[in-house]
Amino acid sequence: MPVSTHVNGAKIWQLRNRNQTLSRWAGYLAAVAIFMWCWQRISEATTWFFVWDAPRIAADIGSRAWPPRWSYMDKLWGPLWDTLNMATLSTVLALFMAVPVAFLAARNTTPSALFVRPVALFIIVATRSINSLIWALLLVAIIGPGVFAGLMAIAFRSIGFCAKLLYEAIEEIDEKQVEAITATGASRWQVVAYGIVPQIMPAFAGISVFRWDINIRESTVLGLVGAGGIGLQLQSSLNTLAWPQVTLILIVILLAVIVGEWVSAKVRGAIM
Amino acid sequence: MLQLKKLTKTYRTGDKALQDVTLSIPKGQVLALIGPSGAGKSTLIRCINRLVEPTSGSVILDDTDVTALGSGALRKMRRKMGMIFQEYALVERLTVMENVLSGRLGYVGFWRSFLRKYPQSDVDEAFRLLDRVGLLAMADKRADELSGGQRQRVGIARALIQNPRLLLVDEPTASLDPKTSRQIMRLICELCAERDLAAVINIHDVALAQMFVERIVGLKAGELAFDGKPTEMSDDVLTTIYGEEDWHATIRNVDDEDTDAEELVQ
Repeated sequence: MPVSTHVNGAKIWQLRNRNQTLSRWAGYLAAVAIFMWCWQRISEATTWFFVWDAPRIAADIGSRAWPPRWSYMDKLWGPLWDTLNMATLSTVLALFMAVPVAFLAARNTTPSALFVRPVALFIIVATRSINSLIWALLLVAIIGPGVFAGLMAIAFRSIGFCAKLLYEAIEEIDEKQVEAITATGASRWQVVAYGIVPQIMPAFAGISVFRWDINIRESTVLGLVGAGGIGLQLQSSLNTLAWPQVTLILIVILLAVIVGEWVSAKVRGAIM
Repeated sequence: MLQLKKLTKTYRTGDKALQDVTLSIPKGQVLALIGPSGAGKSTLIRCINRLVEPTSGSVILDDTDVTALGSGALRKMRRKMGMIFQEYALVERLTVMENVLSGRLGYVGFWRSFLRKYPQSDVDEAFRLLDRVGLLAMADKRADELSGGQRQRVGIARALIQNPRLLLVDEPTASLDPKTSRQIMRLICELCAERDLAAVINIHDVALAQMFVERIVGLKAGELAFDGKPTEMSDDVLTTIYGEEDWHATIRNVDDEDTDAEELVQ
């Protein structure tokens, strides 16, 4: 008990009693011991020669990679445009699929909490747990290499993310507004359109631009597995050890991501 | 016009919110429902339009048993019952006009309402009502920009555009200041008189109820504990409804005329 009574009758208050304090210190000790042990294991498995050599290699690649080959930009505009389109279209596609899933998954709108909701939740978990690179590998094998495979890969990966955030927003709505619309004699769909949709619009817009921002980043790497976009150029440049081109591509990707992030921050700021 | 027969509601938790409530309300009568928190006032009015499904008993409005209706017929019946809420329950992100027009949802189809293509007669009526409640200039404002009193006026307009036969009013003044409370109560009662509407008003403020309504019903633990004129309210009645307390200051001396300074400002 943190509260005890002193011999002179005064009440003493401590945050923890002696046993609690001791067990906390034992916990810290165990944590440090585990950390040291893990460190030792990693150290044994590391070829330290390569690590000590790393700065020299990095400097070597750096010197070869600089300056960027600016003239290569001519060949990047197309793939860059593909990349942005891939991100945008896949986000739109994902939202179309995510909205119904979200309504089926939200506790207050699902037609059946027993049968439909678990299916919707499974769709969310399944699409979220498979990385878009893996989706792309699968889809490249199924529908062939190209932008379309990348687009579908990102769209599938995004369904779970968008649906999850959206169904949480639906569950957090103010039920009184729904009740008021129901009381007017509105039909089911009218209740959704008037009582629920206006309440989740800010969340919906925020989720859309947030996911679009993430998808720009995702779409830049999908080319590595043959799913189109700027990643394709990155891979061929890496394969031919054309380091100045790699530098330029990395700069372009960085700029694209910064622009995406800036737009999404602006849009989200405007909604709140 | 409205009859409640042995209305009972037992929640799944076993709480008996209402027990055998039998009540008859004639056309055009404004009735105040008082009682302590948890006495079943909110449940009672929600059982009337079946936002809460009564366990047994029946609600009869104009010779139709509301409790026996299927979902389509229930929606048609709800159009006849306008509801006004405690925290206004406006759709906060829609405009005042959209909120008022949402009272017509029971009358227009989905796409018309979705595209906000309401019949001109509805729009005319909405403007008339906004003018009546003094908010004509606010039609294009978003509901969350309004003050509490203004929001409640929008709520009143939304209920009235349904062209109801009955108003169900749940604590209309609970989140308003004393002056606005009076104005809102006065507005509701005036509108009921103009349109010969019956109304059931849940209210905590006994003095305010006495000031405006013609009949007071007291609920205690889900059962009727009092039914009479405002003038019949006494310390004893309040003690049976709410329990022992010094009620002297709460009850309004009904012989007093409305001479408060606030009233003159109006």
